[in-house]
Amino acid sequence: MTADAALFDYLLRLADTDLVLAQRLGEWVGKGPVLEEDIALTNVGLDLIGQARLWYAHAGDVEARLAGRGRTEDELAFLRDGAAYRNVQLVEQPNGSYADTTARQFYFDQWHLRVLHALTTSRDGRVAEIAAKSLKEVAYHVERSADWIVRLGDGTDTSHERMQAALDELWPYTGELFAVDAVEQALIDAGIAADLGVLHGPWRDAIARVCAEATLTMPAGEWMQGGGGRGGKQGVHTEHLGRLLAEMQHLQRTYPGATW
Amino acid sequence: MVSVAASAALAPAWAAATVPADAIERAWAALATVPDPEIPMVSVVELGIVRDVRLDDGAVVVDVTPTYSGCPATDIIARDIETALAAAGCPGARVVTRLAPAWTTDWIAPEGRRKLAAFGIAPPGGPAPRIDVTGISPLRRAAAVACPRCASTRTRLVAQFGSTACKAQYRCEACLEPFDYFKPH
Repeated sequence: MTADAALFDYLLRLADTDLVLAQRLGEWVGKGPVLEEDIALTNVGLDLIGQARLWYAHAGDVEARLAGRGRTEDELAFLRDGAAYRNVQLVEQPNGSYADTTARQFYFDQWHLRVLHALTTSRDGRVAEIAAKSLKEVAYHVERSADWIVRLGDGTDTSHERMQAALDELWPYTGELFAVDAVEQALIDAGIAADLGVLHGPWRDAIARVCAEATLTMPAGEWMQGGGGRGGKQGVHTEHLGRLLAEMQHLQRTYPGATW
Repeated sequence: MVSVAASAALAPAWAAATVPADAIERAWAALATVPDPEIPMVSVVELGIVRDVRLDDGAVVVDVTPTYSGCPATDIIARDIETALAAAGCPGARVVTRLAPAWTTDWIAPEGRRKLAAFGIAPPGGPAPRIDVTGISPLRRAAAVACPRCASTRTRLVAQFGSTACKAQYRCEACLEPFDYFKPH
């Protein structure tokens, strides 16, 4: 795989992960437990869509260098099948209860913050610019999701129990966040991608700190989903992604090229 | 990027005929009248998103930096700016989006802050926080935010996000009014 081909794949991992989670958050519109949370989830999703667009645009430029023509943001988002999606499996998991949505967001935000921070010094100048812009937005996301972990964990017996169950349930999807395959390793060696190995320890420390404050037990299971280079980043997804894409892509698939 | 004087010498002859010599000044004056579509009491200049106005190949180019990457107003702002500049006698003016350095609320002009407060939106209470990824606490809180209505600092955060991504929702414990707070960013 050439350097540009690896970069294209890596940019799709970043973009697809943002977009799929944004789509999940969008499913909460009109159903949030309180109005403020309805608005907050949508705002977080909106930030992620904005960031996904920047990554897709860059991916399209890289693809143009590779193939003569690069796909547009819309083509990349709406006209690829599940197996071509490169998002991590964590973000395609269903919304479930508010505890499930919060656990998913918490694990993701803490990872996202550190990845973006690392990417601000990427040797790819455009990657560094996008990361610096996105990092500022994600700093709010991190505060918000950690806040909710504490509120629900250190809340009532019921909220504590449900928050703990949600953290345990999604824990096996966190391994993939830090799994490095040959594509990513080549880019890490080139100083372009975030070195996930270095970020794993600080991520665990942050999860442990927030769990302690929330009177929750940090999950400790070692078996992880999507290991061995067969995870979402390689296009291997759980059953949930297909349905999400069916809804998200329905309009462009039915009326190709439709615009507002 | 070229200055007005240099461009007059470099610009092709046809450009000299269409772009007035005071194009940059006209452009700035026109930009001061373009409101942010979601916070219409402030102009795009007061909001600090206009980073530069320059001449490129005989046409006015406005460098704009988006506030938040998902801000739905970004495309509308670009269109509004191009329309305003065309009306101000700068044909072919265009907007270029610039990501770096990333926009910060530190760039909101003093006049813009005054207008926000007068409109009932508390302006950013301090400089943009430096992001320390190692020390982020789940309960990090902004400094006391003053109520734009009664100026009391007995206020509390209701939600991290308000009517737009750039604002949070607060409530004043003194006058009981809810209000938007423009987050330092």
